[in-house]
Amino acid sequence: MVPLTVSELSKKSCQIRRQVIEMIYQAGSGHPGGSLSAVDILVALYFGGILKADPRDPQNDKRDRFILSCGHEAPAYYAVLANLGFFNEEALNSLRALNSPLQGHPSRLWANFVESSTGSLGQGLAVGVGMAWASRFKPNSKYKVVVLSSDGEQDEGSHWESVMFAGYHRLDNLNLIIDQNGMQIGGWTREVLDLEPLLQKYQLFGWEVAQVDGHDLPRLVSAFSVFNHRTGKPKVVICKTIRGKGVSFMEGSDKYHSATLSEDEYSRAREELDQYLNSNFKV
Amino acid sequence: MNKESMREAFGEAMVELGKTNPKVWALTADLASSVKLTAFAQAFPQRFINFGVAEANMVGAAVGMALEGLIPFAASFAVFIPGRCFDQIRVSVCQNQANVKLVGSHAGLSNFGDGASAQSVEDIALMRVLPGMTVICPADALQTKKAVWAMAQKSGPMYLRLSRAETPIVTKEEDTFEIGRAQVMREGSEATIIACGSLLAEALAAAEELDAEVINLHTIKPLDKETILKSVQKTRRVVTLEEHSIYGGMGSAVAEFLAQEYPVPIKILGIPDVFGESARSYQELLDKHGLNAQNIIKIFE
Repeated sequence: MVPLTVSELSKKSCQIRRQVIEMIYQAGSGHPGGSLSAVDILVALYFGGILKADPRDPQNDKRDRFILSCGHEAPAYYAVLANLGFFNEEALNSLRALNSPLQGHPSRLWANFVESSTGSLGQGLAVGVGMAWASRFKPNSKYKVVVLSSDGEQDEGSHWESVMFAGYHRLDNLNLIIDQNGMQIGGWTREVLDLEPLLQKYQLFGWEVAQVDGHDLPRLVSAFSVFNHRTGKPKVVICKTIRGKGVSFMEGSDKYHSATLSEDEYSRAREELDQYLNSNFKV
Repeated sequence: MNKESMREAFGEAMVELGKTNPKVWALTADLASSVKLTAFAQAFPQRFINFGVAEANMVGAAVGMALEGLIPFAASFAVFIPGRCFDQIRVSVCQNQANVKLVGSHAGLSNFGDGASAQSVEDIALMRVLPGMTVICPADALQTKKAVWAMAQKSGPMYLRLSRAETPIVTKEEDTFEIGRAQVMREGSEATIIACGSLLAEALAAAEELDAEVINLHTIKPLDKETILKSVQKTRRVVTLEEHSIYGGMGSAVAEFLAQEYPVPIKILGIPDVFGESARSYQELLDKHGLNAQNIIKIFE
């Protein structure tokens, strides 16, 4: 796929935010805060030319492996995949419905485009470790592994088992992105269990580290482009994001980790995103 | 009766398997010598990983490897696999239907000296409840080898339960092993004794006195309902024997089935609602919980 231009990426992000709001409203529940904070990261990965993914052949062995370890951000992930053509965009409104492939958290039991089932924090990086390790022993296999994690997930001890292992074994086709929106269910991470200095922690565990504004699309694309280089170390890009990004009354609010959107919240959010789309991307 | 070690047999089978199947990997969390994977590590150093004392990462990584087409056998003590990693097994292994082979050694009371934290009397229950998980508890070292081969040939999440001890050889070299197909060890008419693991020897000894039929239920899930039913229709009473809690184990699996399909009197012998404890010998613990032939015979008196 030809990477989108900066303006196209930005428009795509806004459209996906609009879909995320629609999906969570229709589903009657979901995680708008984290889904919205992750949108730009996912758009940069999939539309910025970072990840190899073929919607016509989701299991193609040459694809890059992407694991949404913070499975609760699934609405954004699904919307991105629908926009890529992995499935019909109309299916997005089946989020969380009985028998829908779009389970509340990504499940391989229900959807073959899901690389690994997640939803229980602290497991995605370990699966990524195994995939990255296996690639060393697969002839002609040049895939890279990208795992998206949240900052609440950093509390999980099992995650750090994988961080230590990947650093020690120099798994340099393993890449981690942290959607650091600064919040977890119980409030601000700095008040619940402070992660800082997070960057240095990864550095000391043997990782190549970078930090970037998680809503600056060209910077995200440029930060993620290091994933294509083998440098002898696993890589982490910490993305500073805003929970609920794109919808003013959700931004930085502690009400929208997991929420049911009221009719009023839904229309206000939709209106705001529509307005942004119309004023910035007039055809 | 000749005694051999199941975990030694596991280690030997892994080496043989490794020679014929290049996709087979051995993973351990710093317990290579305890789970007898040292020989595999020496024979195939490029297909062996010691994860350090980090079972959660090991199980997750096994999933990633399995999803890429490898066949990882992840081995540890049963208290850690599955005990410590239940959620990794539930979500990453089973909800991906990953072809991961989990091996829990030192199961039951066989780690007699180390006490409650090291004695796994819950692992069958933990694994049996997971959709898609196969649960295998071989009767002896001979059957362990066959089980390892069978596990590699069939895709899907599986759990292999091994004893630490040297245990009696009760099966024969020529016996076939099929996952999900129970083995009738002895025919009889007075009762059906269903056992798994090393306690099969006790079941067989008791059966001599009782004219009982003995079933080796080496695969606890999927349950071989046909073989159980056929025997119970004849004998109309059942005793189950296992080195596991009486809650949720093999006896429970049999009782769940029979209570609904063919109710007959059942006695479940196992470890009551208590944890393990230290002892100077394995036999002391087995005797404490009545896991022996004499106790089975007593039930019928």
